[in-house]
Amino acid sequence: MDAGCKFFRERYRISEGDLEGYLAEAHSAGGDYADLYFEYHATTSITLDESLVKGATQGVSMGCGVRVVSGERTGYAYTDDLAPEKIRQAARIAAHIARGPARVSTVGLAAAVIGHNLYPVVVAPTEVEAAQKMELVTRADRAARAHDPRIVQVRVAYADEVRYVMMAGSDGRVAGDFRPLARLSVFCLARQGHVTQRGTAGGGGRVELDFFRRQKTPEHFATESARQAIVQLEAAEAPAGEMAVVLGPGWPGILLHEAVGHGLEADFNRKKTSAFAGLIGQRVASHLCTVVDNGTIPGRRGSLNIDDEGSPTSDTVLIENGVLRGYLQDKLSSRLMRASLTGNGRREGYEHMPMPRMTNTYMLAGNDDPQDIIRSVDRGLYAVSFAGGQVDITNGKFVFSASEAYLIEGGHVTRPVRNATLIGNGPEVLKHVSMVGNDLRLDEGIGSCGKDGQTVPVGVGIPTIKIDRLTVGGTGQ
Amino acid sequence: MDDLKDLATQVIERATRAGASGAECLVREGREFSVTVRLGEIETLKEAASKGLWLRVLAGQRAASCYTSDFSPDGIGRVIDQAVALVQFTSQDPAHGLPEPELLGQIPGDLLLYCDDVEAFSVDERIDWARRAERAALDADPRLQNSEGGTFDAASGRLVLANSLGFVGEYPQSYCSLSAVPIAIASGCAMQRDYWYSISRSLACLEKPEQVGRVAAQRALRRLNARKVETCRVPVAFDPMTARSLLDNLFEAVNGDAVYRGASFLANRLGEQVAAPGVTVIDDGTIPGGFGTSPFDDEGVPTRRTPVIEQGVLRSFLLNCYAGRKLKMPTTGNAARGLAGNPGIGHGNFYLAPGSAPPERIIGSIRRGFYVTELIGSGVNLVTGDYSRGAVGQWIEGGEFAYPVEEVTIAGNLLDMMRGIAEVGNDLEFRGAVACPTLLIAEMTVAGR
Repeated sequence: MDAGCKFFRERYRISEGDLEGYLAEAHSAGGDYADLYFEYHATTSITLDESLVKGATQGVSMGCGVRVVSGERTGYAYTDDLAPEKIRQAARIAAHIARGPARVSTVGLAAAVIGHNLYPVVVAPTEVEAAQKMELVTRADRAARAHDPRIVQVRVAYADEVRYVMMAGSDGRVAGDFRPLARLSVFCLARQGHVTQRGTAGGGGRVELDFFRRQKTPEHFATESARQAIVQLEAAEAPAGEMAVVLGPGWPGILLHEAVGHGLEADFNRKKTSAFAGLIGQRVASHLCTVVDNGTIPGRRGSLNIDDEGSPTSDTVLIENGVLRGYLQDKLSSRLMRASLTGNGRREGYEHMPMPRMTNTYMLAGNDDPQDIIRSVDRGLYAVSFAGGQVDITNGKFVFSASEAYLIEGGHVTRPVRNATLIGNGPEVLKHVSMVGNDLRLDEGIGSCGKDGQTVPVGVGIPTIKIDRLTVGGTGQ
Repeated sequence: MDDLKDLATQVIERATRAGASGAECLVREGREFSVTVRLGEIETLKEAASKGLWLRVLAGQRAASCYTSDFSPDGIGRVIDQAVALVQFTSQDPAHGLPEPELLGQIPGDLLLYCDDVEAFSVDERIDWARRAERAALDADPRLQNSEGGTFDAASGRLVLANSLGFVGEYPQSYCSLSAVPIAIASGCAMQRDYWYSISRSLACLEKPEQVGRVAAQRALRRLNARKVETCRVPVAFDPMTARSLLDNLFEAVNGDAVYRGASFLANRLGEQVAAPGVTVIDDGTIPGGFGTSPFDDEGVPTRRTPVIEQGVLRSFLLNCYAGRKLKMPTTGNAARGLAGNPGIGHGNFYLAPGSAPPERIIGSIRRGFYVTELIGSGVNLVTGDYSRGAVGQWIEGGEFAYPVEEVTIAGNLLDMMRGIAEVGNDLEFRGAVACPTLLIAEMTVAGR
C-alpha cells in the first residue's frame, strides 16, 4: 500500500468499506462518476529580514473533497472534519448535482498500481528540527551581504510542506501519495547613490533538506540574487517596439507556460474558449520547436507520481516539430473529448475541484550554439530572467515580464536594461523561432501557477532560443 | 454563539500558561457557495463550510505562529505546543509585540458587514440569477456565441480575535457576487472574452442579472477586430477598473512593510509632492457596508480614516504596530493577517477622491491617445516604480473611440505617472474595497509594432 493510503487507513481509520459507503452516498442521486479526495497538509515557513529570523510558522490543514459528475455537470463539497458523518454530509451535498436513479454502489475497490516513485524522500523536510532550517536562512543572508557592500537589504524565505493524499473513485480505483516540497528564496536590494534595485532568486523541489546543503546551497541562491540586484544598478531604459528577442535557458521557459501551455489545457479546448481550439495537427510553431509537459522528472517541483485524480503522470508531447499534437487532460475533459488521460488533473487542495493543469513544461534542445544565436542578432533583447506572466487564453495574447535583460548590439550583449514586459500572440509567437540552442535547462524550482483562483507548483524550461519578432514594452527608443 | 470566543480565550490562557509572555489568537469560520451556469446548464455547483485558527505567541522579543483547521482537543493542543516550541528558534526583535494596551478597541455601532438576505437566498434562486446573467449577455448580440458562464457566489462567516491583554472582538460578514463572461466571435478576427460583475454584502444591493449580463456583452463586443498600433508616446486614459489597479500598486508602495525596508519608491517621500495637485487618496476602514470595513484590525486596533495623499502630497503610510515601531510612527490600524507569519498590512476602503470631469469629457479632450480597459501581467517594480504591462483598450482620435487595440504594452514610472495625472473623473464607484474614477495620464509609452 502506498504511503498516502496507509496514512489515512492508520491515522484516521478509514477502511475500504468506509470509502465504498461514502461513494454510494455520493451516487445516491445518480451521476456518471464520483470521487473522494483526502488530504493532510503540514507546512513550515521561516522568514529572515534585516538579518533577524523575524517569524516562523507551522500549520496543519486537512479535509476531504467529494465530487459528483453527471454529464458536463460537477457538484463539489468538502469538509475539514474527517468524522464519518461529516464526509457523508459532504457527499450528499455534492450528490445534488445529479438527476436520476441512485447508482449501484461501488464494490471491490482496488489499489492502483503506480509505476514510479519520483521523490523517495527518507527524511521529510517537515521532520527536520527548526534549528537546521534557521541555519539555511542565516547562511543565505550572510552570503548575499558578503557578495557586495552595495547590498543593503536581504530577505530570505524558507518554506516546506508535506502532503498525504488519497483518492478513491467510483471506477473502483484507490491511489495515494506522499508529497514533500521545499523551497528557499532570497530577495536583495542594492543601493548606489540614489538608485535602488532589486534581485530575486530561489529554488527547491520535492527534496530532502540535504538538497540545500549538497546541491543548491543557500550561498548559490544568495549570490545569484545579489548579482542580479547589482547588475540592475547600471540598467538603462528598456527599448520599446518589435525586435528580435533571445531568451536565455531555464526560467525564460515561462514563455511556453503562458504562450502555449494554458491554451492547451483541455477544459478550454473542450469548451472552444481557447485560441488553440481545433488546431490539433496544424502548424503552431516553427519546425525547430518540440514542447512537452512532463510530470515524471524525479524530484522536480512540478512532478507528481499521480495527479490529484489518481491518474499516473506522464511525458506528454504538446507540440512536435512545430505541429500541435495534444492537450493536457483531466478525467472530465478526457471522457467528454474521448481522449486519453495525461495525468494533468490537479488542484490546490481539498477545498477545490481538479482541472487540467501543467506540471513541468519545456522545449526540447536544438542544435545551435547559444553564442551563435546571440551573434546572429544585430539589434535586439537578450532576456535571461523573468518575474511572471499572464495569458488571455481566448484571444491568445500573453505577457511575461523580464527581470534581467540586456541589449544585443551588433551581435554582442552590451548593456543591462530595466524591467520590461514582453507581449505576443500564443498561436503565432513560436512560428518566429528561428534558432534553438543545445543548452536545455529547467528552472531552479520556484514557480507557481494560478488558474481560477487555485495555485499549484510547476516547473518550466527552455534552451536558448531566438524569436525573430516580439514586442518589447520598454520606454526607450 | 460564544463558542469561538471561548475557544480563542482558552487558547490564549493555555499558551500563556505554557510559557508565552504574550499571545494573540484569530479564529475564522464560514460557509461558501458557488454556482456556474454555462450555455444554460449548470456546470459546477460547490458548497462547503470551513474554519481555521491562528495563534501567535511571544516570548519576550521573539515571535512565532501556528495555524490549524483541526479543532479537536488534540489539534488545538498541538497548535499551542508547536508555537511555544517554535518561538525559541526565532530572533530577538524589539519591534515585536502586541499593540500598546491603550491602542486596543473597536469602533461601535453596526457597520453593516453582515446581511441575512444573502443566506436566505435559496439555491434555486442563486442558480436562476447565474443563468439569467449569462443569458442576458448572450442575448445581447448574435456575435456572442460562446461563454465561460454566469456565476453566483455567496459566503458568510465570523471572525474572532483575542489577545493576552484582554482584547476580545468579533464580527460577522456576508458577501455575494454575480458575474458573466461571454465570448464574442466574428469571422476574420480572433474571438474575444470579457466579463462584468457586481459584488455586495447584501443581496438587496447586488445589481440585477440583466444589468450585469448587458455590460459584460458590451465589453466583449467592443474588443472585436482589435489591432496593434505603432510604438508611440501619447496621453493614456484608464477606465475605473484599470485605474483601480494603479491604486493597488500605490497601496503596495505605501505599505509600511515595504517602506521600512526601503523597498518602495515612496519610502523617503513623506511630505513631498508625489502626484498631481488634483489627486487625493484616502484609506478608510469605517465606511458602513464596505468591503474594506471592519470594527478593528487584525491586531485589535480600531480602524480609521487615513488621508494617504492630499492634493498630491504624500501624508501617511499604512502601518501595523510592527512597521509603526520600525518607522517610529503610530499604527494606522491596518494590520491584516494571512495564513502564516506575523501580522501583515492591508488596506481598508482605499480610494482616489473623485474630481469634477465626466469621463466622456476626459475622452473628448484627447486628440490622439489610448483608453485602457484591461491590463495583464505583473510588470510593476515597486522598488523603482518602473511600470510596464500588457494593455487592451480603445484608440482615441479627435476625442472619439476610433478602433479597439490589443497586444501592446504601456510603460512609464509610477512616480512620473502619478505626477502626470492630468484629469480625475467624477465617476468613483465601489466594486470591492479599492476604487478609483477614470484617470488621464499626460503621456506614456505605448509599445506595439
